[in-house]
Amino acid sequence: MSVNTASTTVVYDSSAKTPAALEEARQAWRYRDLIVFLVRRDITARYKRSVLGVAWTMLNPLGMMIILSIVFSQVFRVAMVNYPGFVLSGLIAWNFFAQASTAAINSLVWGGDLFTRIYVPRSVFAISAIGTGLINLVLSMVPLLVVMAVMGVPPHPTLLLAPLPMLFLALFTLGIGLLISTIGIYFIDVVEMYAILLMAWMYLTPIIYPLDILPETVRVWVRLNPMVHLVDSFRMLVFYGILPSPATWLVSGGLAVGTFLLGWFFFTGKADEFAYRT
Amino acid sequence: MNLPIVPEPETATLAAEVAVREPVVVLEDVTVRYRVPRERIRTFKEFAIRRLQGRLQFQDLLALDHVSLEVRKGEVFGLIGPNGAGKTTLLRLVARVMRPTSGRVWVKGRVAPLLAMGAGFHPELTGRENVFLNGALLGYTRRQIEEHFEWIVDFAEMWDFIDAPLRTYSSGMVARLGFAVATAIMPDILIVDEVLSVGDIAFQEKSAARIREFREAGATILLVSHSMRNVEKMCDRAAWLDHGRIMVMGDVVRVVNKYEEYMKVEQKL
Repeated sequence: MSVNTASTTVVYDSSAKTPAALEEARQAWRYRDLIVFLVRRDITARYKRSVLGVAWTMLNPLGMMIILSIVFSQVFRVAMVNYPGFVLSGLIAWNFFAQASTAAINSLVWGGDLFTRIYVPRSVFAISAIGTGLINLVLSMVPLLVVMAVMGVPPHPTLLLAPLPMLFLALFTLGIGLLISTIGIYFIDVVEMYAILLMAWMYLTPIIYPLDILPETVRVWVRLNPMVHLVDSFRMLVFYGILPSPATWLVSGGLAVGTFLLGWFFFTGKADEFAYRT
Repeated sequence: MNLPIVPEPETATLAAEVAVREPVVVLEDVTVRYRVPRERIRTFKEFAIRRLQGRLQFQDLLALDHVSLEVRKGEVFGLIGPNGAGKTTLLRLVARVMRPTSGRVWVKGRVAPLLAMGAGFHPELTGRENVFLNGALLGYTRRQIEEHFEWIVDFAEMWDFIDAPLRTYSSGMVARLGFAVATAIMPDILIVDEVLSVGDIAFQEKSAARIREFREAGATILLVSHSMRNVEKMCDRAAWLDHGRIMVMGDVVRVVNKYEEYMKVEQKL
């Protein structure tokens, strides 16, 4: 039997004056392999549990698309060119946001047992939840492209720029996830409130309807919702095949980075409390 | 029923300790105070109502009360005391799971908490996948796990099952795998809570031998146990904790004797 020694010596000092936000970022980077393993765990666990596994990721928005298309074209008589493609491109972006932020919150708020036994930078769990969501988002691009092809729309060259709004969405989602779970340390029911909030939020975002059916006076207010810009830039590239204006890029990028930083600082400032509360 | 008596901490300092080896764990005047609401308020709704009524009360729970101690390199240090004395809180501080309310915790080297054996194990994943996940949770890099993978599976005696899902394992097998991952790379400081009872007798022997090996190679060990015989057998020095304070600290035989003496007196009352 051999005794293997790790070469580097680390010193931990509880009273070190490193800013918490910076220290957490450094630790998250050190544990980057763990992020990959956590994402892989979530994906393979899902894949192994059922034959359809990953296919559900694609079938779920497809089902919603079919229902919404019927409701809107038959019941409300909304005439819109290629509505299924329109609604599906919005839905997969929204689903990513809703599911990944919820997963991040759940892993941080309910992952308590692990956190009291072992040191792991907690943000790693939120980041991996976003990573899993991103893989699902990429997978659900497949049915979107199929639906568009069926409708006679070939993939746009602007699709190649789609990773950028996806990155913005991911940063925004991480920021929201960190904010809500930090409040969740103190009040557990905030997590449940968030589920309700998400539902209302979806209808306040032009996912299943286009923004321009709203009267101008309402539109001004709706634009205050960050998700409007994030979903919009994604949809422009993927569905409409047009480049968003520099202003749109700036607004969605700024909102994404701003929300992420806000969440990161708030979370790391309070992260010590996690151990005291559970 | 007996009234519990709070023992008085020893005031005389121990001159017997000679500072020969460098300290690897230092606690300076460490206090951990949990702020516990008198009634458990976990929801925002309740909080808002109580707040408005002005009925929000907290009480402080001192888990550790101005504790100072030093553990030196290569030492086996025991922590004894009744339940709720603060032993686990102290281990958590060293394992970096929590920060002290006040005071300073300083730890040099990589800490392996054996409290976290099998952390994050997922039943649907194979043994192999779990080794990587668990190893990463313990702070190993992918490369380190790859390098020690063979050793881990050898030690856990798991070659026939390593690619089967974890849910098909017996609890003994899971524990063996967890122990093997946790001890694959020698830590500078090993935290052991309670006597190791992993798997069958043969594996218990093997895991005890592994810990001895670490000790001989110069690892520092922090041990919490309720078995005084084990503490006496394994440790060089010990501390007796009660109500978050160190009652006696020093040579293990002396600390254990004092503690047992006190326990006898308390039982007679």
